[in-house]
Amino acid sequence: MSTEQIAQVVDAKGLSCPMPIVKTAQAIKGLASGQLLEVLATDPGSVKDFTAWANATGNPLVEHGEEGGVFRFVLRKK
Amino acid sequence: MTAVSDPPVPAVEPAPAPEPAGEAKPRDILIIQYSGELEKTWAAMILATTGAAMGAKVRVFLTFWGLQAFVKDSRRITGDNVMQKMMSFMQRPGISHRKLSKMNFLGMGPWMMNKLAKQYNVASPKELLEIGQAMGVEFMPCQMTMDMFGLKKEDMIDGLGEPVGAATVIALMQGGDAPLFI
Repeated sequence: MSTEQIAQVVDAKGLSCPMPIVKTAQAIKGLASGQLLEVLATDPGSVKDFTAWANATGNPLVEHGEEGGVFRFVLRKK
Repeated sequence: MTAVSDPPVPAVEPAPAPEPAGEAKPRDILIIQYSGELEKTWAAMILATTGAAMGAKVRVFLTFWGLQAFVKDSRRITGDNVMQKMMSFMQRPGISHRKLSKMNFLGMGPWMMNKLAKQYNVASPKELLEIGQAMGVEFMPCQMTMDMFGLKKEDMIDGLGEPVGAATVIALMQGGDAPLFI
């Protein structure tokens, strides 16, 4: 678990494809380079989607996990 | 003695500039939205918004039945002549009035689809369209379809680009856009 501060949290729980990714893309625009964005989602497809999104956009996925059916992704703004 | 000019310097090609470091620019995406059914409009809107979210430039060319979905929801009858008016009467334009290609059952099918979408928190085509526009997806209406259906700029939703023709679409494909025909 990183001790770095999360700059913003996107709550995408309950949302279906493509909204978790769309909300993430919108939120990361507002961050400065190097800041961390946390996304919470319940869509099981989001696990692969966030890896793909991070690769395509160059914003690294620094942490991800699952707890009680909620997927948590931490992304660093490039 | 006459001055002898320096021998010509052999032409050396300057070394090509190194590729800019960092990631390659993602390919632009070109969606040709030809169909107007609910399921195909939905698919196009999902892919357009996702493409924009992935950092790609997305353009959507709206043609034939695909263009009908981008008439304002509030317009009921469009066109100038009887046949154009009949066309819009038989198939109501607007993104909120799309029919399913199969199992439409006089609107029962789309009603159930919309109900299920709400239940499972799936964004509607209209919501996705608005998000796509906010994320910079470019919508290009087909001039020929506008003429054929008698559609005016004021019949169409706000924020569409200038009407274009097939040559614009082909040029984008030749330029390397990833094309998708829906």
